[in-house]
Amino acid sequence: MVIGGNTSHTLVALVQDKPGVLNRVASMFRRRGYNIASLAVGHSEIPSLSRMTFVVEGDDSIVEQATKQLYKLIDVVRVNKLSSTDSVSREMALIKVKSTVQTRSEIMQMVEIFKANIVDVSPDSMIVEVTGDQEKIDSFQNLLEPFGVKEVMRTGRVAMNKGPSSSYGLDKGSKV
Amino acid sequence: MKLTGAQMVCESLIREGVDLVFGLPGGAILPLYQTMPEYPQIRHILVRHEQGAAMAADGYYRASGRVGVAIATSGPGATNLITGIACANMDSSAMVCITGQVARAAIGKDAFQEGDTTGVTLPVTKHNYLVMKALDIPRVVKEAFHIAGTGRPGPVLIDIPKDVLIEQADFEYPDEIDLPGYKPTLEGHPAQIKKASKLINNAKRPVILAGHGVIISRAFDELKELAERAEIPVITTLLGLSSFPETHVLSVGMPGMHGVAYASLAIDESDLVISLGARFDDRVTGRISSFAPKAKIIHIDIDPAVIGQNVKTLVPIVGDVRRVLRALNKQVELASHTEWLDQIERLRREHPSLRLPDNPKLTQQFILKQLSDITKGNAIIVTGVGQHQMWAAQLYTFSKANTMITSGGSGAMGFEVPAAMGAQLARPNEVVWSIAGDGGFQMTMSELATIVENKIPVKFAIMNNNFLGMVRQWQHMFYNDTFYATEYTGNPDFVELAKAFGIKGLRVTDKDQVADAINSANDHDGPVVVDFVVDAEENVYPMIPPGESINELVEAPDQLEAVLKANPDMMPPS
Repeated sequence: MVIGGNTSHTLVALVQDKPGVLNRVASMFRRRGYNIASLAVGHSEIPSLSRMTFVVEGDDSIVEQATKQLYKLIDVVRVNKLSSTDSVSREMALIKVKSTVQTRSEIMQMVEIFKANIVDVSPDSMIVEVTGDQEKIDSFQNLLEPFGVKEVMRTGRVAMNKGPSSSYGLDKGSKV
Repeated sequence: MKLTGAQMVCESLIREGVDLVFGLPGGAILPLYQTMPEYPQIRHILVRHEQGAAMAADGYYRASGRVGVAIATSGPGATNLITGIACANMDSSAMVCITGQVARAAIGKDAFQEGDTTGVTLPVTKHNYLVMKALDIPRVVKEAFHIAGTGRPGPVLIDIPKDVLIEQADFEYPDEIDLPGYKPTLEGHPAQIKKASKLINNAKRPVILAGHGVIISRAFDELKELAERAEIPVITTLLGLSSFPETHVLSVGMPGMHGVAYASLAIDESDLVISLGARFDDRVTGRISSFAPKAKIIHIDIDPAVIGQNVKTLVPIVGDVRRVLRALNKQVELASHTEWLDQIERLRREHPSLRLPDNPKLTQQFILKQLSDITKGNAIIVTGVGQHQMWAAQLYTFSKANTMITSGGSGAMGFEVPAAMGAQLARPNEVVWSIAGDGGFQMTMSELATIVENKIPVKFAIMNNNFLGMVRQWQHMFYNDTFYATEYTGNPDFVELAKAFGIKGLRVTDKDQVADAINSANDHDGPVVVDFVVDAEENVYPMIPPGESINELVEAPDQLEAVLKANPDMMPPS
């Protein structure tokens, strides 16, 4: 996948759920000069561990270095590079768009096509929630532009390997 | 057993085998100092500046292999440690720093002497901790020593709020460590070792590039075995000096920016570079695209992240250098490389590099050669950063294992005073010579008081040229002799200064006084400061200008102009 001329790669890291971990990771990326296009963090299936999904821009050697440097952080337990073909990735976006009596039904049609949801309606705007891969959200947002997009909030990518196995070879509840 | 947090720190340190710490107290760390008299088995060295504590702990680790400990208070105490911590981080020195923090309730309130110590030290530590309850102290201390001293060693900082030091909790020292994200690879992969041995057995012009990792893993015997088995010349990086005796017939010396020309040229000609615990720093490689153009590279290092970081590696082996070498040596066949050694010998004759300058004035080169001869290459040498460091690296014939202690990666001036203090405390029965610049010495000379207080018999050789010599050299070579802000016109009288501290001081201005001064310092039962007044015009050669390849090597002053002319776009980057 190409963003702004650079190849983008998805890395997923399993990290200790401790204060400051996000800071350690972000600080490493900054001081080593790696570009993060997006970063999403949340709890994993194991209580003491969180999972981070990074979208890193750069060539293969940058991604290899970033992976090694992530591993050097004591709180990072596992790092996986996901291939775009063998994994699924999703983002969510909330988009606040201007709407009038005239445009509302047209917007609703697009929401229908993209299987998005309207989560708030006010007399002159509405908030639409959309989930999908990056391209889908980009194109949905583009289609809404003519109506007047007032605010966009995107989560950043989360990703997971396809198939039955956990991407870390860990079973739920196993001691890490 | 219920203990205060402060008692737990001391109990934990004792369990980690600590009997010496460097520190300077202040408000937030006072509860620990209140408790320390209960633990006389831990000797506390009171420094004059926290940077001295960190650098002394670093020198102590490098000389002994035992994790160094530095203690400071919150805020400025902690930030003063940072240059020392960063230096240890770059040079893989194991250190545990313990800092006081303001009480938990005051954190984030801009309290007096509050500082975000874990925040500011995050990028320069291997790991750090803010301990928010006393119960955690034993686990954290155990983890800190484990992380600092294993894998690629490095500094770990533990920040403890004042009220946590006072808080009481049950003390139980853990037997085991649970760090799922930290499992250094020690044994090399057998398939990779096999590949490496094949390359070595087939090489015609192999060289070993020995780095700090050889010293850290104490792989002296294993390195010698490899070199001798297959008759491979050994090139040592700055931090690899004293990993292999320079009196050995296979020793070639230091390559790179100020290394001996024949070492750099040998790499240039070689068909196989076996890198042991080195990281292909830009000072070693010069322009990376033309580094070792004919060679395949075997890179053995415990830190996977340095493999492939700067040069393309054919056979990477992640592991402890000593363990990897033990496995590798079993598969390396006896060989001789007479032709290759002759070729290097020719390079050595054609590019002598270490000839002393024909200068009637006192030169640093002359002094360092004398020091090497008089001490038979057996003293522990601790240097600062700059010209004197490079000349020490070139001209001191390191004959004994682990005797060179220098700030390499970080290049921190001022290292020479506190690190020498730490090294001497680690090895009290050996002679420690601190090779200092007049610039660096003045950065940390307040530790002379610490040295006197604790009767630490370091010998200081100040290479006093009243200049920031290396900066002056760059101004001369690349900045049209713009000698701006490099001359020290107000230097103190270092002999009188030494006397003011109660230290024996000597001044040497001529070549014929050098040997006497060195002998008299060696014979003196205590610290000595020798003020060597040296010629400021001397420059370090050979030099590979920054960012250039070995082809642009400047071997003598008269070549400089030609090289600059041939490369008009050569500008000094970094």
